[in-house]
Amino acid sequence: MTVESTAARKPRRSAGGKAGTTGTKSSTTGTKRTTRTAARKTSSGEPELVQLLTPEGKRIKNAEYDAYVAGVTPEEIRGLYRDMVLTRRFDAEATALQRQGELGLWASLLGQEAAQIGSGRALRDDDYVFPTYREHGVAWCRGVDPTNLLGMFRGVNNGGWDPSGNNFHLYTIVIGSQTLHATGYAMGVAKDGADSAVIAYFGDGASSQGDVAEAFTFSAVYNAPVVFFCQNNQWAISEPTEKQTRVPLYQRAQGFGFPGVRVDGNDVLACLAVTRWALERARSGEGPTLVEAYTYRMGAHTTSDDPTRYRHDDERVAWEAKDPIARLRGYLESETDTDEGFFSELEAESEALGRRVREVVRAMPDPDHFAIFENVYADGHALVDEERAQFAAYQASFADVEEGGKR
Amino acid sequence: MTAQAVASRSMALAKAINESLRKALESDPKVLIMGEDVGKLGGVFRVTDGLQKDFGEDRVIDTPLAESGIVGTAIGLALRGYRPVVEIQFDGFVFPAYDQIVTQLAKMHARSLGKVKLPVVVRIPYGGGIGAVEHHSESPESLFAHVAGLKIVSPSNASDAYWMMQQAIQSDDPVIFFEPKRRYWDKAEVNREAIPDPLHKARVVREGTDLTLAAYGPMVKLCQEVAGAAEEEGRSLEVLDLRSVSPLDFDSIQASVERTGRLVVVHEAPVFFGSGAEIAARITERCFYHLEAPVLRVGGYHAPYPPARLEEEYLPNLDRVLDAVDRSLAY
Repeated sequence: MTVESTAARKPRRSAGGKAGTTGTKSSTTGTKRTTRTAARKTSSGEPELVQLLTPEGKRIKNAEYDAYVAGVTPEEIRGLYRDMVLTRRFDAEATALQRQGELGLWASLLGQEAAQIGSGRALRDDDYVFPTYREHGVAWCRGVDPTNLLGMFRGVNNGGWDPSGNNFHLYTIVIGSQTLHATGYAMGVAKDGADSAVIAYFGDGASSQGDVAEAFTFSAVYNAPVVFFCQNNQWAISEPTEKQTRVPLYQRAQGFGFPGVRVDGNDVLACLAVTRWALERARSGEGPTLVEAYTYRMGAHTTSDDPTRYRHDDERVAWEAKDPIARLRGYLESETDTDEGFFSELEAESEALGRRVREVVRAMPDPDHFAIFENVYADGHALVDEERAQFAAYQASFADVEEGGKR
Repeated sequence: MTAQAVASRSMALAKAINESLRKALESDPKVLIMGEDVGKLGGVFRVTDGLQKDFGEDRVIDTPLAESGIVGTAIGLALRGYRPVVEIQFDGFVFPAYDQIVTQLAKMHARSLGKVKLPVVVRIPYGGGIGAVEHHSESPESLFAHVAGLKIVSPSNASDAYWMMQQAIQSDDPVIFFEPKRRYWDKAEVNREAIPDPLHKARVVREGTDLTLAAYGPMVKLCQEVAGAAEEEGRSLEVLDLRSVSPLDFDSIQASVERTGRLVVVHEAPVFFGSGAEIAARITERCFYHLEAPVLRVGGYHAPYPPARLEEEYLPNLDRVLDAVDRSLAY
């Protein structure tokens, strides 16, 4: 057995990997960021991540990224906290609705609130988002009514919102595909001469998809204004990150010729700062960036999943100590003049949101039978018309029987 | 010179597509050409020859060598309001993009409840008969026709190639445009001021009374030759150029079969689960009592496309189609 093949078997999540010593975050596009230092390593050997708030909620200085959150007011930080709390409440309600049989499935974002709210709040209205199927927090930031997200999980539609209404594309279930759509959209933005940016969300599992590699290639070659925001939540259903990669994911960017950064995905302030930096690069013509938000999927993959079959509870307990909401609450309580009234009002607002979501979902009607044939084509199709007519005749035949029975 | 003479010109099928792309680029700034080698080289078949020179690298885009990336980014560009016309270099190279075409391109309009439109044209030079190496001679149209949300067309001649490309680019639905590569160099009159037939309408290219031959793309010319040969034997064959595989113009096929009572479908693609199977089933349902014989099919075998030295045995040819005609008429 060669040394290399031995190395391949070593778990890399804690080891960081040999490549970490050679990896740099520097851009090849010759920008002011080219001096960005190589991925530093902590004493434990894990690549360093950008962190502005410790798990205890202490603000720590960061020479590179402080500037991107320098103007953030306590009011705005309370806003981020509110976003995270309401997103978590919505998410919990959706999980409960699945347990009650109102939804067929739910993919919880529990634990990933900071990654989603921090990045989502870095965006401008004219930016465009390409999510996977777990970006409920980003959808919240975009102003998508949370109840709209539930249609596909209830089974009344396969999407349910107008992507152009909030520049928030439909959820993508076949993971990774959307990174190419984001890249193409960003190529279009550049052709239009606009200074909007595009952000593509994906996960550690999707990072193995060929489409993600192709998206990196295309975006680099065309210098497309796109941010690849990878939420590394450590688990792709049952497979840990070391089943997807030998190097820390953010280092993949280097090989494609653009910078990659790992950020503490449970630190909303750091996610905001790093995403703002990446978006600014996109807007100013510096091309793509990979952001790896290092976080944890505290819940199951979906409501159909049973994580006890593949991971230990102590791992979740360890991550609970880094909870994104508790962390920001610690900061708000110790570093700002946020009073108890804010928290109690927010709790009332959360409950109201849960109630509203519950009521809307329960009232969501089943689609009309003929919806099967709607919007298959924009310009129509003879076969669809023919089959719709056959279906209508078939349906109508039951009406005859029912009438006959009454007579 | 009269205006008519300027508008109407004899040109090769590949040139007709080139002219059609040129016109689309001229008339709509949102039209883009994308693909491998479509720029400076003008494509391996020169279908995009000269377009990058005249419209620039921003509109005629040489892409990285990654088919999924080509179609995936075209989807993103379409979402941004562009109308990309992408080239897949050869039929056998489309499968890396199959997921983006089937899972994303075909379904996004429906998933968005009609809010999103994806006017993307995927051009695929297809079919055999040019002595090519492996993966350069396939006919995968049925693999796309099975997918709702896509439209599948294939011109058989230069005039249709010109006009059908215009219509495909104008369509708000994704269109897979199969180009009969062995007919790229066949010339025909193209009238650029004509009023074209609807994109998905079949056309009777030769009238006859004894039997209908239905084909599209490269097999239309063969069927016309078959009809000529049969005429010498005193048989009158009608030839139908289907032009569109999805939707299929069953009304026109039915009308022809009701006149002739017999139908033979010819395509290069394997017969098994091919478009001929769908035509046979539907025509049997629609006009069972008009049929004097079962619908017969001539096409490729259930085997990988063979090495070039064997392709003449694999592809439908004059004798194989005539043989099917004989079998049908024997009923």
